[in-house]
Amino acid sequence: MMATQSHSHGSDTMNTQAYFDGDRPLFHLPKEPHHPDGHSTMLGFWIYLMSDCLLFAGLFATFAVLEHSYAGGPGPKELFELPLVALNTAMLLFSSITYGFAMLVMERGKKNATLIWLGITGLFGLAFLSIEMQEFAGLIAEGATPQSSAFLSAFFTLVGTHGLHVTLGTIWLVTLMVQVAQKGLIPANRRRLMCLSMFWHFLDIVWIGVFTFVYLMGVAQ
Amino acid sequence: MSDTATNHHGAGEDHLDHPPHGSFKGYMIGFILSVILTAIPFALVMTGTLDKSVTVPLILLMALVQIVVHMVYFLHMNMSVEDGWSMLALIFTVVFVIITLAGSMWVLYNMNANMMPMDMPVAPATQAATAIGG
Repeated sequence: MMATQSHSHGSDTMNTQAYFDGDRPLFHLPKEPHHPDGHSTMLGFWIYLMSDCLLFAGLFATFAVLEHSYAGGPGPKELFELPLVALNTAMLLFSSITYGFAMLVMERGKKNATLIWLGITGLFGLAFLSIEMQEFAGLIAEGATPQSSAFLSAFFTLVGTHGLHVTLGTIWLVTLMVQVAQKGLIPANRRRLMCLSMFWHFLDIVWIGVFTFVYLMGVAQ
Repeated sequence: MSDTATNHHGAGEDHLDHPPHGSFKGYMIGFILSVILTAIPFALVMTGTLDKSVTVPLILLMALVQIVVHMVYFLHMNMSVEDGWSMLALIFTVVFVIITLAGSMWVLYNMNANMMPMDMPVAPATQAATAIGG
């Protein structure tokens, strides 16, 4: 009795074919359509990047609110060295284009060329990080520590978070280089390289915001 | 039903086989535009040729253009990536980012700027009131 009821209920509400496991109605497809491995990875990773964007938006907003709260300490004009920032920007931009070249040779299935371009990208990433570390160390040596003013707290948090992303991206890059060296340019590795490509270019976009909003506008004001 | 499933499957595979990749030319255009759009704001601020009121909007505009350049030439964004879902996520994020930034600058900046300075002498009456209250 119960079974017949649910049977008629199912065929009434759904115009499409109803599915049953014996008499029991199924509220899902008996066989999920097969999706190729990793077909949704790129969209998922894009959504992760967008959520990372929101994280940076919060940090940028915090910096915007606190950027004039020097607490009697030094401001951007005394602290920032624009030639160093320009050099850093160049490092990140070069690493973006070399990653692009890595993707182009990957498309043509050239494993060694891909590894070489990835290696060059990693070196530019390391150069960026060492310049940033040097800048931070210089600021702290001058007494401009994150504790000295709200402006410096917000500065170190924003720029430091970006630097942390680049650090993790570089570790990820080395990991993928090992995987490509061992397994070759298999579909899984290509997919991983495409994800890192998006991550890497995304970090360069965030850096555009950092050098414009933090460094250039700080010194221009 | 099985027809649509097969079609979807096919489309998914097709997509994975031809992911949105740039060409050498595309990457070079993006790179050269980025170099120009980076060099000009740095030069403007470092030389200080223009007035502050002109420099600041100009460098903000160039940053905005460079972000679009990176999106198009490096991230290969367009309306058809992932059937438009990537663009939809991006538009949502941009709206959210604008609200966060504009809202913070408007509300919190003013609140912070109008706060009583820490070293402002406390009036005797207030002091007494605090003492009673405490």
